[in-house]
Amino acid sequence: MTGLLQLLLLVLTLNNLALLGVDRLRSLIRLITLQGVLLAGVLLALDHILLAPAVLIIKGGILPYLLNRTRRRIGAEPHLRPRFGYGWAVLAGMGGLLFSFWLEGRLPMPPGLFPPLLLPAALTTLFCGLVLVVGRVTALSQVMGYLVAENGIFLLGIPLMSAGAIWFELTLLLDIFVAVFVMGIAINHISDTFESIDVNRFHNLRD
Amino acid sequence: MSLFVLAIGLLGVAAVALLVLAGLPPSMRVTRLANVLGPGCVVAACGLGLAGVFSGPWELILQFSLTWGLPLGEFSLGLDPLTRLFLLPVFGLGAVCALSGGLSLRKTRPEEHNLAAHWFFYVLLVAGMAVVLAARDAVLFLIAWEVMSLAPFFLIDFDDSDRKVRDAAWIYLVAAHLGAVLLIAYFALLWQVGGSTDFAVLAAQEHSSYTSALFLLGLLGFGAKSGIAPMHVWMPEAYPAAPGHVAGLQSGAMINAGLYGILRGFDFLGQPVDAPLWWGWCILVLGLATALMGILKALAQSNLKRLLAYSSVENVGIMLVGIGAGVLGAASGHPWIATLGFAGMLFHMLNHSAFKGLLFLCAGEVQQATGTVAMNRLGGLQKRLPLVGGLFLLGAASIACLPPFNGFAGEFVLALSLLDGASLPTVELQLGLLLSLVILGLVSGLALAAYTKAYGITFLGDARSEAAQHPHVAGWRSLWPLLFPAAACVGGGLLAGRCFELVAPTAQIAAHLPPLAELSGARAVNEVGHILDIIAAVGGAVVLLTAILLLVRCRLLRRRPVECRETWGCGYQFGTPRIQYTEASYSEPLGRLFGSVMGLKITEKGGGGLFPGRASLTISAPDRVRTSLFTPLFEAVERLCNALKIVQHGKIYLYILYILVTLVALLIWGMHA
Repeated sequence: MTGLLQLLLLVLTLNNLALLGVDRLRSLIRLITLQGVLLAGVLLALDHILLAPAVLIIKGGILPYLLNRTRRRIGAEPHLRPRFGYGWAVLAGMGGLLFSFWLEGRLPMPPGLFPPLLLPAALTTLFCGLVLVVGRVTALSQVMGYLVAENGIFLLGIPLMSAGAIWFELTLLLDIFVAVFVMGIAINHISDTFESIDVNRFHNLRD
Repeated sequence: MSLFVLAIGLLGVAAVALLVLAGLPPSMRVTRLANVLGPGCVVAACGLGLAGVFSGPWELILQFSLTWGLPLGEFSLGLDPLTRLFLLPVFGLGAVCALSGGLSLRKTRPEEHNLAAHWFFYVLLVAGMAVVLAARDAVLFLIAWEVMSLAPFFLIDFDDSDRKVRDAAWIYLVAAHLGAVLLIAYFALLWQVGGSTDFAVLAAQEHSSYTSALFLLGLLGFGAKSGIAPMHVWMPEAYPAAPGHVAGLQSGAMINAGLYGILRGFDFLGQPVDAPLWWGWCILVLGLATALMGILKALAQSNLKRLLAYSSVENVGIMLVGIGAGVLGAASGHPWIATLGFAGMLFHMLNHSAFKGLLFLCAGEVQQATGTVAMNRLGGLQKRLPLVGGLFLLGAASIACLPPFNGFAGEFVLALSLLDGASLPTVELQLGLLLSLVILGLVSGLALAAYTKAYGITFLGDARSEAAQHPHVAGWRSLWPLLFPAAACVGGGLLAGRCFELVAPTAQIAAHLPPLAELSGARAVNEVGHILDIIAAVGGAVVLLTAILLLVRCRLLRRRPVECRETWGCGYQFGTPRIQYTEASYSEPLGRLFGSVMGLKITEKGGGGLFPGRASLTISAPDRVRTSLFTPLFEAVERLCNALKIVQHGKIYLYILYILVTLVALLIWGMHA
């Protein structure tokens, strides 16, 4: 199974970098769907048989569906509007990858807790999610950034799960679900009220 | 003790009930109910509290503890002589001000004010003060201190439609919290050194090298609440803005809490006997400066309530002089000065509560009757509001230290303490205390000038405005609560010896003299008690004589026609109220003497020559400490905060970038460390 895990993590890392490089909203949602599927695969490879289908359904099915529906409802522009070039974003993601490897060597971890490559892959996912949040203009793509970051945290949590902690992780999943749901509604309202979901214009609301 | 705890419990229940009432939709019934329930509960609780204070021997030390859910500290209350003495004004004035406030607010319409909320905060203030004085745990003390500091903000902000009132409430809040910050540091440091928040443990600990820093922190923190210069700036803003009964309670009872804190602090930092001399000097000089500044500023005011506020600053200064003399006396082994210094301070504290409460309540009545407390719009009120005028006169005579009233007795004890400064060992101590006596005399004289001005301009002469010409006259039915502090003013003077007996044991305990010196201190107390008895007897005779003369006058005038002419008519055929003395012209001669110290701004136009044209004289006294110290300081802080707005731009993605950068930086730093 280790070989499969390594492969999945490699694909996940590439997927992360790809997330930063795409310029269409639909492709971004597709890549996030793929990430959800990869996450389920990682769980499967780590013998979390029960959790894997749940993650597949939520992260690979429901959340992308919700995102797509919101995208259609608010009539979002098909192209993402980056704050800085895609190349820079990918470079930042690579920087995150390097930093993650550096961190892995430094972090005092009990040996054998993390399977090889899982920790850097999780951290990279986290950083890529944050880069996505910082680097994209529309609110919808920021929501997706949060989702990616959340996936990273979820990956970090997997090895720490003992049998009893599964319920904890399930509630975490539910949290994300609710958060995205609420954000979807919020975006709807914002687009109704302000005729724009460009977060650049939010700063008019500051005190 | 159980009665005292019951009083606190009753205040708590009343607060909950009033909070519920405050949440109900406003209606006449709710407003009336709140205005009965609030003062009623306060009076009942204060009665219980007073019964608790006087139950059992005065020296008895009682303790009451409850466990609470907080990880730190405990709910621990105690009664000892110092607490008992300071509780007297809280409960006494608390009840009187509640009654007076209830009566003056009884015609409030529900759409004007939420009286339930007002009384809720009033109840909290009284409960907060009582718990502060009785707390035997630092955490409980700080919580109660915070309640006591927050509640007045809402009480001052009673007329919240007025912008000036709102500003005053904010100034109060900022000042109260600057003081509270220092106190939190004070108790945190004590806790760190002593390892416990229990007062008994803190008192028993070894005195460390932090003691002097702690002393300064405590002096500044508690001083901010008492209004020691230069932290007095909130007082002249807050009191004029607050309703009369709130200002009375704050000035008569709340500022005492700061002095209580300073006295209680000696338990933790070392008794006055072991205190370094410079502590005493520090308190004495601060006290003298505060007193002198306060009374000079009071003299220059044209707003009656602001004058009273500055006079509170002066009186706090006098009390501090008492503490300073007490510490100097104890530290240099002089029981007479130590005992009488502390006794004078405590006596003056009680007296001040009585007359300042009375004066603020009278000022509140004047405001209610005429709609203003600006003295240049008042005048001639003695004829129209004889009851208020008489009571104000009584309060003014007391605060101006005229025998036989109580103000004289307190300052007399203090003066006796300072007078003995000549027998101290070193020249600087002798000079310092005698010079303090001179300044105390000057302050008392200036207080007399300030209060002849306050009473004379407000109540004598002719009305200066339409409002003063036709005030809403309040009868006995709404003024009777004022009789209690008035009785205290007269009683405190005529029974000065007895009152001193109440205060002296507490002062001896506060001074913590060694046994031998204590005997000599007790002798001092006996002697002074005797002197006070003689003064009281002479005073009583003077009062009796005055009464007899008044009676004779009444009899003589009964069958003769009495003609009323304009006051200060000076033989003019067509005199107008405009030719009277004004508040500015009354204080002008003293302003010439002390103008530079008072920070007076005198604007004189015209006049002079044989045929003078139009002339005008304006005297204003802006608070220099505020304008040249605090205002620039706060403006600088504001500029600094505004400069930080560069990072607060409202761009969410950059905020997230901050988090990311911080996270990464912390990780890197953590890995290296």
